[in-house]
Amino acid sequence: MSKDKVCGFLAASEDAKSWKEIPPAGLIVDAGNSKEYKTGTWRTFRPLVDKKRCINCLICWIMCPDSSIYVEDEKMQGFDYDHCKGCKICEQVCPVKCIKTVKESEAENLEGFDDKGRTTTVKINEKNEN
Amino acid sequence: MKKMKTKALTGADAAGTAMKQIDPDVVAAYPITPQTPVMHKFAKFIADGEVHTELIKVESEHSAMSASVGAASAGARVMTATAANGLALMVEIVYIAASLRLPIVMNVVNRALSAPINIHCDHSDSMLCRDSGWIQLYSENQQEVYDNTLLAVRLAENSKVKLPVMVCQDGFITSHEVMRVDLLEDKKVKDFIGKHKPDYPLLDTDNPVTYGPLDLFDYYFEHKRQQSEALTHVFETFNNLSKEYEKISGRKLNLIEPYKLKDAELAIICLNSSAGSVKFVVDQLREWGVKAGLLKIRMFRPFPKKLVVDALKHVKAFAVLDRSESFSLQGGPLFTEIRSTMYEIENKPKSVNYIYGLGGRELKLDHIRQVFEDLGKVAESNKFKIVRFLGVRNG
Repeated sequence: MSKDKVCGFLAASEDAKSWKEIPPAGLIVDAGNSKEYKTGTWRTFRPLVDKKRCINCLICWIMCPDSSIYVEDEKMQGFDYDHCKGCKICEQVCPVKCIKTVKESEAENLEGFDDKGRTTTVKINEKNEN
Repeated sequence: MKKMKTKALTGADAAGTAMKQIDPDVVAAYPITPQTPVMHKFAKFIADGEVHTELIKVESEHSAMSASVGAASAGARVMTATAANGLALMVEIVYIAASLRLPIVMNVVNRALSAPINIHCDHSDSMLCRDSGWIQLYSENQQEVYDNTLLAVRLAENSKVKLPVMVCQDGFITSHEVMRVDLLEDKKVKDFIGKHKPDYPLLDTDNPVTYGPLDLFDYYFEHKRQQSEALTHVFETFNNLSKEYEKISGRKLNLIEPYKLKDAELAIICLNSSAGSVKFVVDQLREWGVKAGLLKIRMFRPFPKKLVVDALKHVKAFAVLDRSESFSLQGGPLFTEIRSTMYEIENKPKSVNYIYGLGGRELKLDHIRQVFEDLGKVAESNKFKIVRFLGVRNG
C-alpha cells in the first residue's frame, strides 16, 4: 500500500504548503476554491459502477452531497474520487443496484475498472438483481 | 521642543484623549469599573462632534470584542477598552482578534478578577490574556497611557506585525488619579498615526475574502506559526516607531526601562504604576549608599528577553514584583518569565518573587524598602524562600 493511501492527512500533506506561502490567519483570498480541497482523502468506502446495467437515470447525480458524479451528454460517467467522501448514498439510491461500495483497502487490487470507477466487464450486484 | 499642550488628566482621560486624537472608525465597548471613565470621556468627544467614530454600544464585553473583530475585518480602525471581568468575558474573542491578525487597540484598566468581587487594581485580568497572541504594553503613569496608546496604533497596524495591542494601566491608581500630561497637537498625532491600510478588508467587494474558515490539522499549525513569526517583528518595529515618536514628542519609549541599574547590586522588576514608587525608594536608598536599581517592563508580550538579560545579568540579586498570582506555587507570571529568561546565562543572579497588591492592596514605600533589605540578605545566602507575599497579613 502506498504512503498516500494509508490515511487522508498524509496524502494532504504531500502537496501542502509551508507557513511562508499561505495567506495569514487562514483567510481564503480566492473565490471558488472548494474544488482544491480534496475531500476524497477522507474516504473509507469507494463507489464502483457497472455501466452495462446503468440506466443513466442520474438519481445518484441528484443525491450526491459532494457533486462527485461525473455527467456528460446526460450520461453517468463515473465518480470524482478527489472529492467523493464515500458516504454510500449513491449505492443506496440506485434503482437498479448497479453501484456498489467496497473498502478502499479492497479496492486497491481490483481489475476491470477505469480511474472513474466504471466497469463493463465486472458484474456488480447481479445476483441480487436476478 | 515641539509645541505641546499640558493638561491635568486622569489615566482614563489620557486614554480617552488619545482615542479622540486617533479618531478611530469604530469603537465598540461596554462599561465596567474602572474602565468606564475612558469611554465616558471618549463618548463626550463623540457627542460634541469632535470625532467621526461610530460608537457601538453593545450588550456585553463578549459582544464588544465581537463587534470589534467584525469592524476590523471590514477594514476599519478599531479601538475598545475594558477591565477585569469584562476582559474575562471577552477572552474567547480576544484570542480570535489576534488569530485573525486584526490590529485592534484596547485600553485595559487593570482590576482584580472575581471572586470575591473587588473593583481595585491588580494584574490578574491582563495576565489572563498573556498567551492570547496580543501585544501587551504596560504604563507607569498617565503620560505613558497617552504615549503607549498612540504608539500602539502604529505598532498594531505595521505590515509585518498586524496584531492587536493591549495598553494596560493600573485601575484607580492611574485611571482615576490626576497628573500633568503633555499632549501633542491634534495634527501631529494625525500625521504620526497616518491612514489605516488593511490588507484584506471584507468591504473590498472587488477582492472577496473569507474570514474564519475551518482550519484543521493540515493548516491550523501553519497559521499559529505565522502568528509567532509576526511577534518576532514587534521589537524592531517598536524601536523604529519609538524613534519617530521621540522626534515629535521629545519622549523616548523603551521596551524596558532600566533605572539606576547599570551599577546596581540589588534590583526590583515590576510593571505599571509600582515602578514610580520603586524609583522613589531607589533614589532614597542610593543616598544612603545602597546600590539599588529598578527594571520597569513596558512590553510584556512579546517578552524582550535579550534586553532583560543584558539589564539584569550583573546584579547580585533581584526581586520580581507580581501583582497577580498564577497559583503555580512557582511564582507569578512576570517572575516565571524572567527566571526562565535568566536560566540561559552563567553566574545567575539570585532571584525571589513577591506577590503583592492583590485586589488593590496598597504597595507602601516601606514594603519596597523591605524588599531591598530582604534582597541584601538573599544576595549573601544560599538558602532562601523564593515565592513570598508582600503586604498580606501574616506574610
